[in-house]
Amino acid sequence: MDLLRGFLWWVRGVLGEHAYDQYLAHHRRSGHTGPPMTEREYWRARTDHQERNPEGRCC
Amino acid sequence: MSAPPRTGDDLVHGDPNLPPAAVDPDVLDEQRQHWTPLRIALWVGVALLGGLAWVMVALVRGETVNGIWFVFAAVCTYFIAYRFYSTYIEKRITQPDDRRATPAEYNDNGQDYMPTDRRVLYGHHFAAIAGAGPLVGPVLAAQWGYLPGTLWIIVGVVLAGAVQDYLVLFFSMRRGGRSLGQMAREELGLVGGFAALLATLAIMIIIVAILALVVVNALGESPWGVFSVAMTIPIALFMGVYLRFWRPGKISEISVIGFVLLMAAIIGGGAVADTAWGAALFTLDRTTIAWAIIIYGFVAAVLPVWLLLAPRDYLSTFMKVGTIVMLAVAIVIVQPVITAPAVSEFAGRAAGGPVVSGPLFPFLFVTIACGALSGFHALISSGTTPKLLEKERQTRLIGYGGMLMESFVAIMALVAALSIDRGIYFAMNASSAATGGTVETAAAFVNQLGLTGVNVNPEVLAQTAHDVGEESIVSRTGGAPTLAVGLAHIMQRLIGGTGLMSFWYHFAIMFEALFILTAVDAGTRVARFMLQDFMGNFVPKFRDTSWRTGAWVCTAIMVGGWGYILILGVTDPLGGINTFFPLFGIANQLLAAIALAVCLAIVAGRGRVGLLWVPIVPMVFTTIVTVTASLYKIFSPVPAIGYWAQHAAFKAALARGETSFGTAKSVAAMQAVVRNTFVQGTLSIIFVVLTLIVIGAALIATIRSLRAGGRPSAEEPPVPSRIYVPSGFIPVPAERELEKEWAQAVPPRVRAHH
Repeated sequence: MDLLRGFLWWVRGVLGEHAYDQYLAHHRRSGHTGPPMTEREYWRARTDHQERNPEGRCC
Repeated sequence: MSAPPRTGDDLVHGDPNLPPAAVDPDVLDEQRQHWTPLRIALWVGVALLGGLAWVMVALVRGETVNGIWFVFAAVCTYFIAYRFYSTYIEKRITQPDDRRATPAEYNDNGQDYMPTDRRVLYGHHFAAIAGAGPLVGPVLAAQWGYLPGTLWIIVGVVLAGAVQDYLVLFFSMRRGGRSLGQMAREELGLVGGFAALLATLAIMIIIVAILALVVVNALGESPWGVFSVAMTIPIALFMGVYLRFWRPGKISEISVIGFVLLMAAIIGGGAVADTAWGAALFTLDRTTIAWAIIIYGFVAAVLPVWLLLAPRDYLSTFMKVGTIVMLAVAIVIVQPVITAPAVSEFAGRAAGGPVVSGPLFPFLFVTIACGALSGFHALISSGTTPKLLEKERQTRLIGYGGMLMESFVAIMALVAALSIDRGIYFAMNASSAATGGTVETAAAFVNQLGLTGVNVNPEVLAQTAHDVGEESIVSRTGGAPTLAVGLAHIMQRLIGGTGLMSFWYHFAIMFEALFILTAVDAGTRVARFMLQDFMGNFVPKFRDTSWRTGAWVCTAIMVGGWGYILILGVTDPLGGINTFFPLFGIANQLLAAIALAVCLAIVAGRGRVGLLWVPIVPMVFTTIVTVTASLYKIFSPVPAIGYWAQHAAFKAALARGETSFGTAKSVAAMQAVVRNTFVQGTLSIIFVVLTLIVIGAALIATIRSLRAGGRPSAEEPPVPSRIYVPSGFIPVPAERELEKEWAQAVPPRVRAHH
């Protein structure tokens, strides 16, 4: 059961689903005073960021 | 736990209120090298199994060899190389220092700089580096028998490919995640840096073009394939809208939905291709498909990321990880039997074989690029992945270890391709100019090759095509269809029997097309940014990447570049992929030579003279291979090998007023050969000249550094790290202990990771 849960956690991570949680952790750590972006805002900001910073995919 | 000893040049002072950010290197060494009897037995076991597997693969000459031995030989070698050679590089060259914060830690922006769990990052990095490349090259190289390809894939990755990926990843991480081009400029000066940038751009164009050519060849006259691959576009659009408006961030959920839709598209494709309207609508000739991909490439690169690229990427990652695990399990269970000879008749022939022309050396080493050594990885290892590393020591797992996994994919592709009948293999992979395109002429062509044990008849070729649900499998060049037949052979024995072969065939075609189209889209975007940056030198406005006109112009230029070569390849009377694929391999290996040259200059700059052989050995080897291959392509008097010899032969034939020459049956086809060989020959010259400039600049920088006993490094100044996590998949006791200490000192919920 733990193994399955771990595997699902890993698959989600590889797909990039942890990004919002990581962002929240980053927001807390960095001591920003304003509220963090909502989940919806964050994912929009993320794809907008990718728009300006494309990542290669290899052959 | 005592704090790591401070050294004279130590600039990293951690926070006294926190536990140390690193395990003492001496303790780590001692625990790693603590040889308990169990550990010794384990490694002896790995060595013995690997040795036995190599004996079975390389020395025992039976009628057949079990495919499982390839897996054992590869995996045991990887374990030994990772345990011993990569730690040697770590200890002597890279010398990571976990007390230093990584760019992900000190630059964390919650976006592209973000500390990411090492196990997740391993999968992420693997998904970014592995694509269709390691699946295609080994298939084409199978013409020389199984042994040359196997040796190069396994030895090459250990000494070259994984070393390049690891060094580039580490050095880029120390430089804040800078790109290969930026590092080249810093280390090699203006001329070397400029040549490296131009070479990278040219190489990206050729790589995208040839990958697209592989897709075109797999989809030509295949309504089933065209339908299911076309359906990936609406599926991706749906996923994009779902994530944007309905359930943002639910990536795994939509990926599963996308996967189910994809399977439906494959199954539905069979039904659609069987209807009259479906066959009429989706049976497209290769030129039409090429144009469709060019238009797709442009549209995809200018559409918003969230709409097409991001969802496609999720789907592609999901399929990549899933399919590769599935294939590994299938090979271990099914244990396909390989009937091909270890070293084929073509290995000794200077003319090569019907799939790849030219002698084994150097052409084997450019045919198999990805899987053994791939320069393109240097673009991922610098830029994307270094911004996600949690700790410096993890570079070995991600860089070296990630490349070992790609090599394993190449070995599995080789096994799958070799498990099909050799007669079918040559009928599928020789150009249509050679096979004549029909089952009768193809069978006659293969049988006259005079290969021992090869006797194929037209009925077998027709039956195979029928089994996989295609009109014909003759001259389905490009590697992807051969791999798909091999995979279908293996998978149907596990699930479904012959009745499901056509499903598995189109499943394989679709996932290869999916990877490639994602690479085409992402590659076009990256190349567009590089071009904008470059044009910004002359027209500063181009640097503004949000300027729509500039973005569109640069996208159009890049798409025009690869699209032109794609069209040339599709309409090439000499067989397209057979003449263009060497350019792909040469380009990729030249980029590797450039990346290794940059690493060499950096290692020399660190004043490590006695260790220069680590980057020098692969650099010199790949330089010799690619320069020799380029010289063959430029100067060989044999028309099948030398581009310019072919060019001259067709030109002379045209001048004599002939209306048919060799496999070109019309004046237009002859003119096409003249034009194509001119482009191919010119590209060969450009690649080799640029690379020699870069390597020359690297050698000058290296010698200067050696004379001066090192030189100031371009690394970012060290920042003390405030997180700790272990470096490998299996932490040693000291790493576990320190991790626990951190968990107590800093409550997990405010830490960087889960």
